[in-house]
Amino acid sequence: MSRRLLVLLAALWLGAGLAHAQAIEPMPFADRAQEVRFQHLTAELRCPMCQNETLADSNAPIARDLRNQIFKMMQQGRSDDEIKQYLVERYSNFVLYDPPLGTGTALLWFGPLLILIAGAGVVLVAIRRRGAAATNNESQPGPGPADLGDDW
Amino acid sequence: MKRLLPFIVFMLMVVLFGFGIWWNTRHDPNAITSPLLDKPAPEFALPKLYEPDQQVSKTDLLGQPYLLNVFGSWCIECGVEHPVLTAAAPTLGVQLVGYNYKDAPADAKAWLARHGNPYGLLIADEKGDTAIDFGVYGAPESFLVDAKGVIRYKHIGPITAEVMANEVKPAIAAMLKEAP
Repeated sequence: MSRRLLVLLAALWLGAGLAHAQAIEPMPFADRAQEVRFQHLTAELRCPMCQNETLADSNAPIARDLRNQIFKMMQQGRSDDEIKQYLVERYSNFVLYDPPLGTGTALLWFGPLLILIAGAGVVLVAIRRRGAAATNNESQPGPGPADLGDDW
Repeated sequence: MKRLLPFIVFMLMVVLFGFGIWWNTRHDPNAITSPLLDKPAPEFALPKLYEPDQQVSKTDLLGQPYLLNVFGSWCIECGVEHPVLTAAAPTLGVQLVGYNYKDAPADAKAWLARHGNPYGLLIADEKGDTAIDFGVYGAPESFLVDAKGVIRYKHIGPITAEVMANEVKPAIAAMLKEAP
C-alpha cells in the first residue's frame, strides 16, 4: 500500500517537473555550462512587458523573443556583459534587476542607508532623553525606578 | 509639540502616499522611456505587407519624416487607436507607416480590410526580430522619425484622441518647424 503511494507520489513529482520544464520551450544548448549561464543571465534580467517577472520566468511573447535572442548571441560567443549592453541599448536600464549606480539610481542605492541613518538618529535621541529622565529621577525623591522608561 | 508628533508623522505619510497615487495616475507605469529617443533609428530591411517580395529599408525612408505605428491584428488596443489614426492620417503632415508586428500576413490583411487602412506604407515584421532593435515590447507603439532618420518621439500604448492632440501633433509640429 505505502509502496503504491510512493510510486504515485514519484509519478506526480516527475509530472510536475516535466510540466514546469515545458512551460519554457527547450533550447539546444551546447553544453550544461552554457545552459546554467543562460538560466543565470535570464534570471537577472527583467521582462519589459510584465514588469515583475524575469525573462526566465515570463511567458510574454517579448520575453520569449528576447530569450531566443540571448540564446542566439550566446551561440555567437558574446559575453554576458555584451548581451546586457545590447538589451540596455534597446530597453534602457529598466531590464536590469541590478541597475548600475548613476544620478537616476542614486536614491535607489543610498535610500536604505539614509533611512538607516535617520532611524539611528531617532533611536539615539530617544536613548539620550531616557538617560536624562533617569538621572533626573535619581536626583529627585519621589516615585521609584518602577516607572522608568514608561514615557513612550 | 510632543502630542502633535504622531499627527505630524501621519501627515507626512499622507503626503508621501498621496504623491505616490498622484504620480501613478499621471504616467503609465508600464511605459519605459526609450533609450533610442533622439538617436538614429536602427537599420532595418523588411518586406512590404502587400508586396512581400519588395523590401523597405531605413535608407529608403530617409528624406521624409514619418510616424511608424507598430500594430498587430492580435492586439486589442490597436483597435482602440485605429479610428484615431484613420481620422488624423490625412492631416498628420508626415507619412503614416504601418509596422505589422508578429502577425500572420493573412490576419493582418483581413484586419485592415475590416477596419480600414490609413497607412501610406505597410511593412511586416512577422517574427518580431527587427522590433527588438527598436526596443518594441508590445503593441501598439509609435515612433516619430525625422527626415534624417532620428527618432524624435515615442508613444507606448494606444494613441487616444487626447494623446494625438496633446503629444503626437505637437511633436510633429515641433519637428517640422525645426526642419521643414
